[in-house]
Amino acid sequence: MKIDFKHRQSAHCENGVISNLMEYHGFQVSEPMVFGIGSGLLFCYIPFVKINYAPLITYRAMAGFIFKRFAKRVGITIKREKFKDPKRAKDRLDQNLAKDNPVGLQVGVYNLTYFPDEYRFHFNAHNLVVYGKDDDTYLISDPVMQHTTTLTAEELEKVRYAKGPFAPKGHMYYPVAFPKTLELEKAIKKGIRHTCREMLAPVPIVGAKGVKTVAKMIRKWPKKHGSKKTNHYLGQIVRMQEEIGTGGGGFRYIYAAFLQEASTVLNNPSLAELSQQMTEIGDQWRDFALDASRLYKNRSVESDGYTKVADQLEAIGDREAAFFAQLKKAI
Amino acid sequence: MKKDEVPQDESFLKEEHGKELCYAVDEEGNYTTALSSGWDVKTIALDNALKVIEERVADAKQRVLSGHTSPIEYYMEVCKMELPILASYVGMWQWRVKRHFKPSVFKRLSQRTLQKYAAVFDITVAQLQHIEH
Repeated sequence: MKIDFKHRQSAHCENGVISNLMEYHGFQVSEPMVFGIGSGLLFCYIPFVKINYAPLITYRAMAGFIFKRFAKRVGITIKREKFKDPKRAKDRLDQNLAKDNPVGLQVGVYNLTYFPDEYRFHFNAHNLVVYGKDDDTYLISDPVMQHTTTLTAEELEKVRYAKGPFAPKGHMYYPVAFPKTLELEKAIKKGIRHTCREMLAPVPIVGAKGVKTVAKMIRKWPKKHGSKKTNHYLGQIVRMQEEIGTGGGGFRYIYAAFLQEASTVLNNPSLAELSQQMTEIGDQWRDFALDASRLYKNRSVESDGYTKVADQLEAIGDREAAFFAQLKKAI
Repeated sequence: MKKDEVPQDESFLKEEHGKELCYAVDEEGNYTTALSSGWDVKTIALDNALKVIEERVADAKQRVLSGHTSPIEYYMEVCKMELPILASYVGMWQWRVKRHFKPSVFKRLSQRTLQKYAAVFDITVAQLQHIEH
């Protein structure tokens, strides 16, 4: 059994699942549009939560939030289900497929057999769509993959019941009710305002201020932790920023694409100009990643290398603070 | 990033995995998507993270062989896990799992408990008891 579902690759899994499910139900919404309306862009530094033995740094909203906000702002209703019993989770999935309803699933990455081994970490907030079943094999549309793929029933159960932080617990979701027409204008404005508010938050670990705090920390780390640990921390920042799913530049390019599209929808030329600025900011993030990677590749101990990347980051922080203040006014 | 600047470096993404999607601007300044085979900067960062894990595995192995910890900690590292993740998989409190790291406690574990760990690590009980297997 195979549902006529169009697989379109996206940069980030959550946007991709939403965008593709919307398309299936007859609504054209691009990935950047979903990301922007759902206020996906963020910067947050949480020193007391460690991931892979390095402080948590994120460039986007928490898993699930983008979909939640997007749904609320454009007025669609989503049904979400979690199951204690894996057998019931499977039955419900099968029922939906039998009704020609493709569903989104939250899964853990560690046991996703079609990922390269090197990418398989215990990360539990990945999303994919199941769009059919062939005997005991499920047809999978994983938005970050170029092509569709498959998982056996056993493999699928394993990833749906991955354990640890953000354990999916069989989480399944799909839209059930839609408005007659999608009214994007209001939703876009709400999404932008929300992002501006977060990026300009008067909190030292969030938004533009958070970026500057990390810059400050990079100056301190070599003395406090030695170059080995500092390099590990820097590597972690670069991974969060550039690893599959960000579309490059820590989601800044996706956001720039959103602003460009929003400029047309809202007929607001200043957003197009701001989109260009955002692209430049994305380029700055990539330059930072490049220089940071040189540091830990050469294992250079000279501390002015760290000063240089810290300077770069501080400049980004200043620029983002100015940028979002401007964006807030433009809307 | 311009479309023709989208990096096409070698990475862990092999032919069968396909490429990844990036956002970039075309000649007219319009946003579009482009496929990337990988970027050295990312590969180095990931490689770095994997090396840290390798070091942790080697270190854990040494400590098992010298009788300072049990194979459970070693396999936890092999599976890229941390204590909270392992505890969640076997359904025990973290302090209990940590206690099982003690070689003297590990020796006295019941078959059932050993089986639980072995299942999580996807190995046999014999492999769990002798890490050289």
